[in-house]
Amino acid sequence: MSTKVLEVEGLRKRFHGVEAVRGVDLTVCAGEAVALIGPNGAGKTTCFNMIGGQLRPDAGRVRIKGEDVTGMSPRLLWQRGVGRTFQITAAFASMTVRENVQLALHAKAKRLNHVFGRMTANFGDEADAVLDRVGMRAEAQRPCAFLAYGDLKRIELAIALAAAPKLLLMDEPTAGMAPGERVQLMALAASLAKREGIAVLFTEHDMDVVFAHADRIIVLDRGSILAEGQPDKIKADPAVRAVYLGAGLAPTASA
Amino acid sequence: MTTLDRRGFLAGASMFASLGAPAILRAEDAIKIGEVNSYTAQPAFLKPYRQGWDLALEKVNAAGGVDGRKLETIFRDDGGKPEDAVRYAGDLIDAEKVDVLAGGFLSNIGLALADVANQRKRLYVASEPLTDALVWAKGNRYTFRLRPSTYMQAAMLVEEAAKLPARRWALVAPNYEYGQSANRWFKDLLKRAKPEVEFVAEQYPALGKMDVGATIQALEASKPEAIFNVTFGGDLTNFVRQGTTRGLFEGRSVVSMLTGEPEYVDPLGAEAPVGWIVTGYPYGDLDTPQHVAFRNAYKAKFAEMPKLGSVVGYETVNSIAAALAKAGSTDNEKLVSALEGLKLVTVFGPVEFRAIDHQSTMGAFVGKIALKDGLGVMSNWSYRDGAKYLPPDSEVRVLRPAG
Amino acid sequence: MTVLTPDIILIQALNGLASASSLFLVASGLSIIFGVTRVVNFAHGSFYMLGAYLGWSLTRHLASFGAFGFWGSVLGAALIVGGIGILVEMLVLRRLRRAPELYPLLATFGVVLIVQDAALAIWGPEDLLGPRAPGLTGFVSIFASRFPVYELFLIAVGPLLLGGLWLLFRRTRFGLLVRAATQDREMVAALGVDERRLFSNVFFLGAALAGLGGALQLPREAVNLNMDVSVVVEAFVVVVVGGLGSLVGAYVAAVLIGIIQAFGILFLPKVTLVLVFLVMGIVLAVRPFGLFGRSAASEGLRTVAQESVLRPLSTSSRILFALCVLLIGAMPLFAGGYAMGIVAELLILAVFAASLHFLMGLGGMASFGHAAFFGIGAYGAALALTALQWPIAACLLAAPLGAGLAGIFAGWLCVRLSGVYLAMLSLAVAQIAWATSFQWVEVTGGDNGILGVWPPPPFASRSGFLLLTLVLTAAALASLRIAAFSPFGYALRAARDAPRRAEASGIHVRATQWAAFAIAAAFAGVAGGLYALAKGSVFPTYLAISKSVDALIMVLLGGIGSLTGPIIGAFAFGGLEAELMASAPFWRAILGVVILALVIVAPSGITGVLGRQIGKRQKSAASA
Ligand SMILES: Nc1ncnc2c1ncn2[C@@H]1O[C@H](COP(=O)(O)OP(=O)(O)O)[C@@H](O)[C@H]1O
Ligand SMILES: [Mg+2]
Repeated sequence: MSTKVLEVEGLRKRFHGVEAVRGVDLTVCAGEAVALIGPNGAGKTTCFNMIGGQLRPDAGRVRIKGEDVTGMSPRLLWQRGVGRTFQITAAFASMTVRENVQLALHAKAKRLNHVFGRMTANFGDEADAVLDRVGMRAEAQRPCAFLAYGDLKRIELAIALAAAPKLLLMDEPTAGMAPGERVQLMALAASLAKREGIAVLFTEHDMDVVFAHADRIIVLDRGSILAEGQPDKIKADPAVRAVYLGAGLAPTASA
Repeated sequence: MTTLDRRGFLAGASMFASLGAPAILRAEDAIKIGEVNSYTAQPAFLKPYRQGWDLALEKVNAAGGVDGRKLETIFRDDGGKPEDAVRYAGDLIDAEKVDVLAGGFLSNIGLALADVANQRKRLYVASEPLTDALVWAKGNRYTFRLRPSTYMQAAMLVEEAAKLPARRWALVAPNYEYGQSANRWFKDLLKRAKPEVEFVAEQYPALGKMDVGATIQALEASKPEAIFNVTFGGDLTNFVRQGTTRGLFEGRSVVSMLTGEPEYVDPLGAEAPVGWIVTGYPYGDLDTPQHVAFRNAYKAKFAEMPKLGSVVGYETVNSIAAALAKAGSTDNEKLVSALEGLKLVTVFGPVEFRAIDHQSTMGAFVGKIALKDGLGVMSNWSYRDGAKYLPPDSEVRVLRPAG
Repeated sequence: MTVLTPDIILIQALNGLASASSLFLVASGLSIIFGVTRVVNFAHGSFYMLGAYLGWSLTRHLASFGAFGFWGSVLGAALIVGGIGILVEMLVLRRLRRAPELYPLLATFGVVLIVQDAALAIWGPEDLLGPRAPGLTGFVSIFASRFPVYELFLIAVGPLLLGGLWLLFRRTRFGLLVRAATQDREMVAALGVDERRLFSNVFFLGAALAGLGGALQLPREAVNLNMDVSVVVEAFVVVVVGGLGSLVGAYVAAVLIGIIQAFGILFLPKVTLVLVFLVMGIVLAVRPFGLFGRSAASEGLRTVAQESVLRPLSTSSRILFALCVLLIGAMPLFAGGYAMGIVAELLILAVFAASLHFLMGLGGMASFGHAAFFGIGAYGAALALTALQWPIAACLLAAPLGAGLAGIFAGWLCVRLSGVYLAMLSLAVAQIAWATSFQWVEVTGGDNGILGVWPPPPFASRSGFLLLTLVLTAAALASLRIAAFSPFGYALRAARDAPRRAEASGIHVRATQWAAFAIAAAFAGVAGGLYALAKGSVFPTYLAISKSVDALIMVLLGGIGSLTGPIIGAFAFGGLEAELMASAPFWRAILGVVILALVIVAPSGITGVLGRQIGKRQKSAASA
């Protein structure tokens, strides 16, 4: 067993009396791609936001590389190697693709407080290298505001990768993409996990993508873990099938 | 070397076509007065002022001008902002090459113009601003003022206030320099005249935003025997209406600055506060020959009665004309010397621009508000010569460091 | 000292409630309009003023009908103003639906200017005293005091209106739509509702409420030309203190402010100048979304259109700028004193506008109080020069230092908020600074200001001062430009574009915005310090709301999406205003029309249009 990067214990969150997440435990190891799946409203995004620091859990612990980071701000988590993409994509729309990545590289180099010197003069090659990895090198000069949705997702991934994360959280990274693109992007994420030893936790509605690229799958339903295991095992799990098919939701529906 | 004038600059640098400003043909040798005032910000007071100004200008020019040269005025609106007044003063001096500056309604604008005048060594005849600082604390060689100052008007009212039996006084004044100085002088002078008085409440509502009900209640709560009021304009109108309904003025004397000026009492119509002791201008009843002539000419030209501002505008032009005639030159140093001690007969009577502090001795009328034909007018009034309501020279020298 | 006896407490509470009702009438309409359309309607005070004037005219025409005539006039005025609201919406605001929220705000400011001059032209300059309300002219005795019946009537109007609106919003389809749109604008569009009709109706309702509020003032206040601006600011305060989108909140806030004002007068009469802003500052410091506001309700005020990408200057632009600098630098050789004076002034305004643009354009933080730092800079320089007798260089350093320090404090308060809340908190801070300059007579000279702030030789001459100004403003503008393209500038824009993304990418969003606030304040201080020397005097008006609004207009007119926008905006607006004021009697209306025309023709500002033209030409050149 390789090193545990993310350990989550007994995570809980309640919104106005509704318990969105009720006691979730999970671990993700370096080099491992774990899928968190479940119907809409299951609590996946809420879990991500508690791990990523956007939300403070009501109860439970989050540890990164053994350090307790519960309730830390996203920025402190970023310093500890947590990178993420959001379900509602957000890149820096007023900048070009390359500038987005260059900015992330400046953050990594702790050079954001420089008031002099042109930002674009530094880390250009490094940014291109990252863009290469997500297949966006050719678009480097385009303003982000005019990118297709799928490309924006890649930019978000590139921004996260620029900081050389130990843990990558991807909330619905392929939503809104064409099926071919989805497989491509997840293949990229999975290979990154393998090659660079990054721990990847992602949510996904497209079961083809999930079964093709997840090393392990965790199924969430109404805030609790319903099942966990290898893709084959999950595929065969009758409880999982009941949740998906019984709820009448096509597995490919996007949130 | 060519020099761009204002309009040339316009066409060239800022790319804006010069809007408005019909190109009035100007007599080459006219004497130019640059007049800066808050025309859009204070239209109610400056319209009659401007009419009075125009009337005097017409009269002076009809009589052949000064030393054979016509008088011409270039007006600028400062929008109520001192920084814009300063800009236009510069415009008038540099681009329009005016010989004399005049104008100003708000005190801070008067002071700003006075400071420019001092800096640029240009005569400035302030007409309306009331602040004492204009001729005293911040007084300078180039600045003169026509209208009776805050001090003078307060002193005139103190004379009447001291005759009243009231001992407990409440004061209400707009929260800015004019209101505060008026209150300060009133308290100071009344205490000197009648040491047993006490001041039981002072209210300073924001100018133009008086919370009338609450202010009246706060005054009422102090149970005064008399009230000294400095509010004016919209604040005064609301104060009078609500104060009357709420019985604030019943059984109490009210002494009030400027309320007898038609500018302030006319909007009140039949609700004018009868019995208030006020400074003001009895335009209908003042029957001196000079005033009758002025009133007739004004009525003939504008089809309305003059207001105090009309007199101020009218006499400002006359003062400048008299100074020009006396100096026999537009040289500003000579003009300053000419204005120091200049005597002229105004529609209010003889007036002198004092050499000691450049304040004119134009006075004001003190009387009681009464109703006549559904309109507030002054009754039992008498003219108070400003010369009698100024501190002794020794005190003035202390008050005016500029000398 | 006043003793609080039960009767004083009761009467003062009633006084507070009466003012609260008046304020609520205006604030409720403002709140509804903002909730549905996200338009920050500066013209709401103009609706109020028009209501009062129209009511005055109608009561005179209908005087013979007695009570019926009076109340008919009040209602008639409200309805007419509602119709004017529809006109403003249809003719102006409808065209700006897709522009960032600040452009409709600019347009409503144009409406304010036009209405001011229209009212002057129609009703004349004198205050107009309306009739008393038939049947409600008397008073009731409460303890030993008299209390006007009409004020009691007003006290009842507030809760009645609140109840009426509640029923309207709960029981009608229109109300349902209004509520839905207030919560989520996209949802309404998705429901297939005719957005145009909804917006028109909302403007009718909001404007009619303001008109009603104005007409109901007739029996208690003289109608005058300054009613508009004084009420709209207070109404905004009420809406924000109550929480955007919450009518109950607006009523509670109006009562809170009315009562505090009524009692504040008893103890600290002079504090009435800023009491409402103190209350707002405290409420927002404790509750960033007002008393009843929820964070979920979008607080609006997007400053920048998404697609505006900043580009470094092209070579030709650089040459053009260099030529401009050279031309201005050569002015002493050919230009007159006035031309040099006004160019110096416009350069200073350009720095002022550019500093606001740094905050608003790059940082996404719209400030309604930026003049505070301009004014503090001016006072800093003036005091250093006159009271401390410092050399000129030290004075010009004191200006940004003072303003920057103030910016650090104000930024600490403000950056925790966003959107309209941030804008209004910055306004509160500025008003408190303004009141300080106004009231602290010993140091600032009060409203009479500080005089004699003239620069010593060699800068005393027009040409000397122009050159000094040119050097300093060019350096300041260049610095702001460099900062915009620095890593910090990018981080600032990242925090604006996608705050969550930024925070998750290692950008300390608040710290970045805070630093930007201080930097913007310091540069506004540079402008203020120079301005003090240019004018030779400093007054509280330098910190006043109108100065802040001027800066907003300059930035928006020039175009917020570009760094040259504020410079062009400052020259266009400043130059236009100076020239119009000097020559045209109804300059405000002309300025208003120009603003409206520009906003409609160029909803992204002058540079936006220029950019598009240049882009078109390049495209056609490329395809040729
Ligand atoms: N900010 C919030 N306020 C209130 N309820 C929320 C909030 N965020 C999520 N929820 C609720 O929590 C539940 C889980 O939501 P979410 O984590 O977004 O689910 P998923 O990502 O699995 O679709 C849902 O019922 C959702 O309505
Ligand atoms: Mg989700």
